[in-house]
Amino acid sequence: MTTDEQLFDYLLRLADSDLVLAQRLGEWVGHGPVLEEDIALTNVGLDLLGQARLWFAYAGEVEARFAGGGRGEDALAFLRDGGDFRNLLLVEQPNGDYAYTMARQFYFDTWHQLVLSRLAASSDARIAEIAAKALKEVTYHVERSTDWVIRLGDGTAESHARIQAAIDDLWMYTGEMFAADETDAALVAEGIGCDLSAVAPLWRDEVSAVLAEATLKLPGEAWMQRGGKQGVHTEHLGRMLATMQWLQRAYPGAQW
Amino acid sequence: MSEWPLWEIFIRSQHGLAHKHVGSLHAPDAEMAIKNARDVYTRRNEGVSIWAVKSADITATAPGEKAPLFEPANSKVYRHPTFFPMPEEVKHI
Repeated sequence: MTTDEQLFDYLLRLADSDLVLAQRLGEWVGHGPVLEEDIALTNVGLDLLGQARLWFAYAGEVEARFAGGGRGEDALAFLRDGGDFRNLLLVEQPNGDYAYTMARQFYFDTWHQLVLSRLAASSDARIAEIAAKALKEVTYHVERSTDWVIRLGDGTAESHARIQAAIDDLWMYTGEMFAADETDAALVAEGIGCDLSAVAPLWRDEVSAVLAEATLKLPGEAWMQRGGKQGVHTEHLGRMLATMQWLQRAYPGAQW
Repeated sequence: MSEWPLWEIFIRSQHGLAHKHVGSLHAPDAEMAIKNARDVYTRRNEGVSIWAVKSADITATAPGEKAPLFEPANSKVYRHPTFFPMPEEVKHI
């Protein structure tokens, strides 16, 4: 039987990955390599932020069922500490150069699309509804990041070397995307959550095909980092949250 | 990035209307030009179709030739169909 605590946890995972990646993409605002990219990447970030808000709103309602009062989206985003965040380690990694940002995006988008397409058929109507809406946006995100990986890989010697380095460096954060724990298992059993083991081979096929087209090498078997979904993060998250949450922490309830 | 070519972007706002020039942007190739146009020019639901044309492929009239090209039409009022009485019932002409 799925408990509301588990459902809450599951929703936070979805929301936090969206929120953290949106914040990372926001760091590019005004620093994009060209104006067009600056705008396009910000659009992707805003899409993710919008999705995070929908997940947070639902999470708050679920929390109210067992905690006697659910937090609003602002409280969930700005007043939780790093250890309470449930995002994937991948999305909290720093932007690096543009190849790094695009490799991170490509890994995430490809996973995101596969997961959302399954959540769109969730037995929880609310999850299905949010996933169906998000899926339209994410389908475009996949197209964009895939295009960039191919263009950088199949571009100049310099761009090829940079995107290959990014693909290799970030590889160790991709295992976690398919590592199911008790929460995942409980929600899959109820037909609510996404079966990650079914998604894993599809993701690998898609990523392999794109990397081949990009003349890039698929990284080999390696140690995979885990912990983001359980609240154990890399040192990068804390610094990012310090920037993101500073205003609400220094001036609680501040509005504009 | 100055080596990226310039593209002219045309957007059709609704079914039945022609594509209209909305501006230009830089992109490495045609496919990315369409994607960039989607992000730069259709953020507020402006379009249902996008065309991208390399700016270099557009042949334009020279501003210096304005007089010989266009001014002769000014004195030929008979080209405007304003001399025919139109029946009240006929609309949209």
